[in-house]
Amino acid sequence: MKDEGRIGVYICSGCEIGNCIDVEKSRKVASDEYKVTHADVHSALCSVEGYDYILRNIGEHKLDAVVIAACSPRVKTEVFDFSDKILLERVNLREQVAWCFEPMAEDTRMAADDALRMGIVKVKNTAIPVPFIANDISDEILIAGGGITGITAAIEGAKAGYIVHLVEREAQLGGKQLELHKQYPTQAPFNVLVDPVLEEKLHEVNRSKNITVYTSTTIEKITGQPGAFDVTLQNGSKQQLRVGAIVAAMGWTPYDPNKLSHLGYGKSKQVITIGEFEMMVKENPNLKLPKNILFIQCAGSRDENHLPYCSSYCCSTSLKQTKYIRELSPESSVFIVYKDIRTPGLGEAFYQEVQNDDQVFFTKGEIDEVLPEKEHLRVTVKETLLGDDISLQVDMIILATGMVPAGTDDLNLGYRLGKGLPELKYNFADSHFICFPYETRRTGIYAAGCVRSPMDIAACQEDAAGAMFKAIQCIEATKRGESVHPRSGDKSFPDLYMDRCTDCKRCTEECPFGTYDETEKGTPLPNPNRCRRCGICLGSCPERVINFSNFSINSISSMIKAVEIPDEFEEKPRILVFVCENDAYPAIDMAGTKRLKYSPYVRIIPVRCLGSINKVWISDALSCGYDGILQIGCKPGDDYQCHFIHGSELTETRGENIQEALQTMMLEPERIRTEFVEITDYHKIPGIINNYVEEIEEIGPNPFKGM
Amino acid sequence: MGNVEKRDRRDLMSAEKHKPIVVIGGGISGVTAAVELAEAGKEVILIEEQPYLGGNVVKMNNYFPKLCPPSCGLEINLRRIRQNPRIKVFTSSTVSNISGKKGNFSLQITTSPQFVKNSCTACGECVEVCPEERPDEFNYGLTKTKAVFLPHEMAFPMKYTINEQSCKREACNRCVEVCRYNAIDFTSKEEKTEIEADAVIVATGWHNYDAGRLDTLNYHASPDIVTNVEFERLLAPNGPGQGALLRPSDNEPPKEIVFVQCAGSRDENHLPYCSAVCCSASLKHALTLQEKLPESKVKIFYIDLRVSGRNEDFLNRVKEHRNIDLIKGKAGRIEVDSVSKKLIVEAEDILKGVKKRHEADMVILATGIVPHKFSDMVTKNEYGFLAAKQQDGIFAISCSKQPMDVSSSVKEATAAALRAIQI
Repeated sequence: MKDEGRIGVYICSGCEIGNCIDVEKSRKVASDEYKVTHADVHSALCSVEGYDYILRNIGEHKLDAVVIAACSPRVKTEVFDFSDKILLERVNLREQVAWCFEPMAEDTRMAADDALRMGIVKVKNTAIPVPFIANDISDEILIAGGGITGITAAIEGAKAGYIVHLVEREAQLGGKQLELHKQYPTQAPFNVLVDPVLEEKLHEVNRSKNITVYTSTTIEKITGQPGAFDVTLQNGSKQQLRVGAIVAAMGWTPYDPNKLSHLGYGKSKQVITIGEFEMMVKENPNLKLPKNILFIQCAGSRDENHLPYCSSYCCSTSLKQTKYIRELSPESSVFIVYKDIRTPGLGEAFYQEVQNDDQVFFTKGEIDEVLPEKEHLRVTVKETLLGDDISLQVDMIILATGMVPAGTDDLNLGYRLGKGLPELKYNFADSHFICFPYETRRTGIYAAGCVRSPMDIAACQEDAAGAMFKAIQCIEATKRGESVHPRSGDKSFPDLYMDRCTDCKRCTEECPFGTYDETEKGTPLPNPNRCRRCGICLGSCPERVINFSNFSINSISSMIKAVEIPDEFEEKPRILVFVCENDAYPAIDMAGTKRLKYSPYVRIIPVRCLGSINKVWISDALSCGYDGILQIGCKPGDDYQCHFIHGSELTETRGENIQEALQTMMLEPERIRTEFVEITDYHKIPGIINNYVEEIEEIGPNPFKGM
Repeated sequence: MGNVEKRDRRDLMSAEKHKPIVVIGGGISGVTAAVELAEAGKEVILIEEQPYLGGNVVKMNNYFPKLCPPSCGLEINLRRIRQNPRIKVFTSSTVSNISGKKGNFSLQITTSPQFVKNSCTACGECVEVCPEERPDEFNYGLTKTKAVFLPHEMAFPMKYTINEQSCKREACNRCVEVCRYNAIDFTSKEEKTEIEADAVIVATGWHNYDAGRLDTLNYHASPDIVTNVEFERLLAPNGPGQGALLRPSDNEPPKEIVFVQCAGSRDENHLPYCSAVCCSASLKHALTLQEKLPESKVKIFYIDLRVSGRNEDFLNRVKEHRNIDLIKGKAGRIEVDSVSKKLIVEAEDILKGVKKRHEADMVILATGIVPHKFSDMVTKNEYGFLAAKQQDGIFAISCSKQPMDVSSSVKEATAAALRAIQI
């Protein structure tokens, strides 16, 4: 906001705020200290009268900004919604002052006044974001991979009215579906196998005007950003495409059975895999089968020496193939050795259907040995349900082998952070979030199907539709110049003052979403539509050249400096608390809601992520005389909960740097502390704050106080 | 390479050309469908029967396999709802009629009387004066609240609600007198609203199977025999024991705990299907239990351990735990010892070929998923789940359609969002 900007400050005395602080005195902070255009108190700002009063004021006083000092910004959001031309700041006097500090105490008044000061200077240093909206945004979508997932994504996207480009490396579409004889049922009737869905889907592809198919084609390169990805295809010659978003559906390959010689593969031709058996049945409808056939489940799966995970589709596939056998050759008996039969949900009915066949024998067990004999195979099974080891003489063994994800490197992304999507354990390009399975670290690019997680055909089709929807959503948000999840709707974006950039590459390295490309020299090249507005780049920049219109080095610095630091002899420490807005801020709010009390010496500043904290704020705070700095954010580590992947982890890597700064200032290392909380840890908030305050009180005041 | 000619393109997001999409059910699936659609630019109406959003997951202590709190994701989703003008939310509301066809549905919404108006600030003064109590269904009746109560600390909308059955209304009137925001109005009547929609997503969700029907498991014989959903509340920081796990009968920490898997599931006399989540849920419970009571001993009796995909790692964590025993075998009977008051679980160990009686301080019944009843206007399958195939323009998703975990439910919700904008 410009210096001459007109600010209205409204302090609510409702919900115990008026009983806890002298609102009239606090009003003077706004009117006398900051000489704002208008400052007033009201008994219930969220009431119809309160809202109307502010609205009238906005008109009468020609206000540019409104500061509401009342309840948390997490509540009454629908009420305090004036106009997108008015800058709005909510100062949390209820949950984070009145409900957690002692009523009418001097310390409580000081906390309220400081909160108000921080709110006022924040709007003074904030501007309403003007969204970044590029010209000629493409709303076409690229799908990489023409198996069942890619085909389904194409059909579903096309049906929604979007133009899609379906790229397949092989000469024809279909992927693993081409090798399929029948599918197992996933809904009633469970006693009939169903035809592969491919044929019908290919008809749909052919009928659709919105789908262009590129077979025998690879992706040579992808550059750009959501709304404007430039794709180079290679099929003997190059072809350029401009798309707005991408679905990555590269699928999977079967686990290499040559690694399963302990199960007899390679030792006897009578040992084959479920994939090979499927092809045999598909190619020969009159296939002759021997008398005794054994399925070995989890062949190379759930096994630390092979695939440690479960591939989800193999149990039902073996049950399906058991039906093939019993229908083709009623004389044959089938044995199934398993660890657990996993037919979750309604799939149980299909399991029962096969169990009802009295020539199918199931046993839990571990395969001890497979020995080819003259015409048979001798199999010993340990740890069976029958108590003892058993020995089976069979004529054929079918190994239920698992899925290996194909990986997404074939996208050939021209990103600084790699050619493919980041992967979780075992090379699956999945989201780490249970609530947000389509979370992606490459904005606008969504993985679907088995490249993401082991899943069966029905699940792949659902996943294809879900990922396609996210691609469409990303394009629509890009058209509005808005961020996608989790800061959905945010129109701010990083603005770089390049004159001062030293090409140190920290922003390009630390951005979890690959927003920044860089020149050969190392100069960052931002792609605003890849940005998720976490502010980690802002936190990373030693030259402080990265800012958002509504979250900047200056806005937070001004808040830090606005707090009145009492003189040393008053023995009132001040602790600056940076809290992550995602989990820590709500946890502190809920501590207030539960009326849990904690030290009033804290001054809370919400940030987008702990990773968005710039070192300069730490040194600003210490030179202003704050006695300690507490950073509270989401859990890092393997099961991280940080919504921006490694934001809270960065506090550790950057910590060393900050400790050096403390040393040069001759300050104790304890003056900075990081704590990780979950949103439900509200009951721990008082302990975390009070313990830290006590520790700082023991260390004594910051020597820079008053300097 | 392909050559593109005439296209079938539509202006999908135009509010003039399209009616809103209605999402019925405000659990994780419905909330997701609504938020995802609105962020793509669609107008959405979200209808929830309870006075708050979040459904079953908001009562959960944590999710498998990360053991993270569901309210973390809910907070993000609520923020997305709060700042999105394209979502209209009806809580305390049900759909009483659906008619018409795709692109032109008409629905009647019935909203129960709103004794607490939106001017409520959730300051809580009414609770202090309210003399009446009611069992708290948020805690499955394990605790009580006043007749006026905040459903939970993250309720959306953030306002109190009054239980019609237990409140004496004008005869008491104390909350009306104390409320400074005139937020309480006993004259409020049930309201009917007619809305039009392009498409309808049904995400009415589930509740757990009635454990009282499992005769031999004697659920009602002891307060220390609890269901898996009740156990979530006993573990939760906002549950009856503020997260300190105590045995309901005497508030002592339990030492020996038995989990009975497939309690009523994969059983033709009860639920013939598998509920897909109970195995992972019990593994999660066992690990959470060990965090809280590291000396406790846990036994889990199962038929098959159905922990698909990459969650195998999670299963291995449990297998390696020194205090958790996984035993393949069905628990057939639970009794209460008349002298020691200990629970006795009779169960077989199939691998060892023995049947034994196990003493326990607490037993958790892993009950399965039953779909919530929903209007006859949509097609059901033989189990009472909504059929996958519905009339064009109506999409049944997630646990209203078949049992599944949270992550799969959210995928379904997102997929349904795409199908809804194809209209």
